[in-house]
Amino acid sequence: MKALEKIIHNLDPKFEKGGKWEKMYPLYETLSTFLFTPKHVTKKGAHIRDGVDLKRTMFMVVLALIPCLLFGIYNTGHWHYEIQSYVNPALEGYRDYLTGFGDKVIYGLIKVLPLVIVSYAAGLAVEFVFGFIKGHGLHEGFLVSGMLIPLTMPADVPLWMVAIATIFAVVIGKEVFGGTGMNILNVALTARAFLYFAYPTAMSGDKVWKSGTDDMLVQAGNVMPDGASGATALGDLASFVGDSPVVAGKVMSSSDDLVAAFESAYDPIHAFIGMIPGSVGETSTLAALLGGAILIFTGVASWRIILSFFAGGMLFGLLMNGVGANAYMDLPGYYHLIIGGFAFGAVFMATDPVTAAQTSWGKIWYGLLGGALTVLIRVLNPAYPEGIMLAILFMNVMAPLIDHYVVQTNIKRRQKRFKTA
Amino acid sequence: MSKTVKLRKGLDIKLVGEADKLKVDAPMPASVALKPTDFHGLVPKMVAKQGDKVKIGSVIFYDKYNEAIKFVSPVSGVVEEVVRGAKRKILEVRITPDAQEDAVKHEPKDPASLSGEEVKAAMLENGLWPFLKQRPLDIVADPNVEPKAIFVSAFDSHPLAPDYDYIVHGQDQFFQNGLNALAKLTSGKVHLTLNGNVPADATFQNAKNVQINKIFGKHPAGNVGTQIHFIDPIDKGQFVFTVNPQDVVAIGKFFAEGQYDPTRIVALTGSEVKNRKYYRTIVGASVTGIVNDNLESENVRVISGNALTGEKIDRNGYLGFYDAQITVLPEGDQYKFFLTKGWLGPGFDKFSSHMLFPTWLMKNKKYRLDTNMNGEERGFVVTGEMEKVMPLDILPMQLIKAVMTKDIDAMELLGIYEVAPEDFALCEYVCTSKIDIQEKIREGLDLIKEECM
Repeated sequence: MKALEKIIHNLDPKFEKGGKWEKMYPLYETLSTFLFTPKHVTKKGAHIRDGVDLKRTMFMVVLALIPCLLFGIYNTGHWHYEIQSYVNPALEGYRDYLTGFGDKVIYGLIKVLPLVIVSYAAGLAVEFVFGFIKGHGLHEGFLVSGMLIPLTMPADVPLWMVAIATIFAVVIGKEVFGGTGMNILNVALTARAFLYFAYPTAMSGDKVWKSGTDDMLVQAGNVMPDGASGATALGDLASFVGDSPVVAGKVMSSSDDLVAAFESAYDPIHAFIGMIPGSVGETSTLAALLGGAILIFTGVASWRIILSFFAGGMLFGLLMNGVGANAYMDLPGYYHLIIGGFAFGAVFMATDPVTAAQTSWGKIWYGLLGGALTVLIRVLNPAYPEGIMLAILFMNVMAPLIDHYVVQTNIKRRQKRFKTA
Repeated sequence: MSKTVKLRKGLDIKLVGEADKLKVDAPMPASVALKPTDFHGLVPKMVAKQGDKVKIGSVIFYDKYNEAIKFVSPVSGVVEEVVRGAKRKILEVRITPDAQEDAVKHEPKDPASLSGEEVKAAMLENGLWPFLKQRPLDIVADPNVEPKAIFVSAFDSHPLAPDYDYIVHGQDQFFQNGLNALAKLTSGKVHLTLNGNVPADATFQNAKNVQINKIFGKHPAGNVGTQIHFIDPIDKGQFVFTVNPQDVVAIGKFFAEGQYDPTRIVALTGSEVKNRKYYRTIVGASVTGIVNDNLESENVRVISGNALTGEKIDRNGYLGFYDAQITVLPEGDQYKFFLTKGWLGPGFDKFSSHMLFPTWLMKNKKYRLDTNMNGEERGFVVTGEMEKVMPLDILPMQLIKAVMTKDIDAMELLGIYEVAPEDFALCEYVCTSKIDIQEKIREGLDLIKEECM
């Protein structure tokens, strides 16, 4: 390592101000500080500092995302073969979740890895452009955003869309505010929201969730074959409040017991494990909770936000059960926590410390309201089958307001000490 | 009426290198210095000139904006040099001691029989006043204000802190005398706060004329700011004075013996020192005599004070006015490969309050920490980390941001009057974004001084 250290740091003068490659300093700084924690020493204040830095913190988040990524890769492969099996009888066996493991993994890799690569490439390129403008190396925030973005996309989304969304999110969502630590909205959700509203056909409906649905439809003559369905659980649920509810591809008459049909189509255990169609990384509550456990244990993410987010969703789900005005409201509350991107959002998106509430009590309110709002949007606004993206973005905007009230409480409590004394 | 405070938050940073309980006389320093930089915001007006002969207790300079506050020589000798920095700012007044111990002498007096004004005048005239610091602002106390209370913390909870129970042991009389003098300066109480975790020395336990409080918990339990916050908090417009226990002894000695007592017992600590002991030396003494030839390695940082709040000094630098500790740490100016000692390393050698390091498994391990930043400065990203080590009912992040944006109203509401930079030393230690928080707090206090005081 000494040799490597020598080679790299012999280059130092060339990249410093006035050096030959001065302009490339941000790139050089990023690489050299990645390999070697710099020799900066404390100058003012505390002479010793905690071992932690933003690189280690962010790395831990990326690590916590790995279960979601791996599960997402397999799940993408599975639903591809499942939907293909309706036009290719040879694949019928693949409808079983674990049959054809290798094929599914390979297909998943082919679909998902490019998304990850494009997201990182586009985002890091933008980060470096701003780094060159401001003269500093890469700040670590995007390392996490770059992994989150592909996991929130349907597997079939065109790569150029991913690139555009990422660039939009990094520029408008983050860099214009001053970069890592300064943004108001969660960067990954900004990317997703951008695509959701700019290219809704690529991000919603019932043709995008299972990779290759379009090809299958062409072969099937543009009609969904009997028994096949491209919708997500949330898509089905949204149809409950319309005239012709659908469960797993079967059109039901409104009077049927929709909830029972839904429960048998989407077994809670399967939904919890993530064996349901959806965006790449969002389907598995289990994988998200695994990541959540890592983040809570290491203290990187706030347990207050994660727990209160789940509590908020559950409570609002129960409240809806209590109202019970339609079949969707009758859906058991816990279902909301295990379908769609609820767990993924609660663990990885809502906990983004920059955009979440920053005070301890603020975090609890932020989580409770975010969870409740997610279910509210899902159940009461059928135009948006999935509520979590909009709920978290809305709470991002509201977080400073929540903090404001917490801070006011602190100020009042502190002033009261002098009045009673 | 005594108060007991229990802290749930805080952090004890365990370092290698505590001083052994052994008091030895340091050799008479070849040079001593009075450093105006020890007194934040002070503009000194010189009285003594280069080449002047001075006695123990002779006035060297006074405060330009508060002429009553005098700063005196701790030794008899010759003013060797007035060291100036940029804009001719006076950094050090160096004095070479002679063998005689000539002192400015006064009649011994019992402070209990003096009036407040008399005590104040004696302390101002004889260089004892600067031992008093005031909150708010954490500067030398303003003699024109009336403190509502005076706080003495009987222990220090900083890393490797000197044990005041050991230092003041046997000085009961002088300590009591000092407390009696302090009691004259306030219409309120003098608070002496003991460490609840261990039994205190008899000097502290038997102190009279004070309210004795107990505080339990981790650092910053020993910080006088923490104690004030829980026992008698400061509102806008109120003042509290604080004194170190050893300086209380010096004040008591002055009244009992009629002359300024410059001797101090200083703990020499830190992983890079061979002979770690308590040295009897002089306020402002050159540390060369006890530090040189006593080091484990060459590339070290000598700190007057502790590792969290101390001042970096040269190896032939001078002990700070308020310090009872010298810490020597390894300098961390090496690159660290990311997988071994760097940011992604296993981290057995790094003490962290975050669960990202195996530190939490090794509760009793002592660490040899160096002065590396362990990362680069970033914008604030992580939240909640400072709150874990901040026992005061103050929102650290919000206050720091108010300071950064120079929002005076918010600073006032969020508690700037109650804090000193040292109260934020732990926040600075744990900060993932490596921001110099104590410096920010000081900037905030300077702004308040300028605009509101």
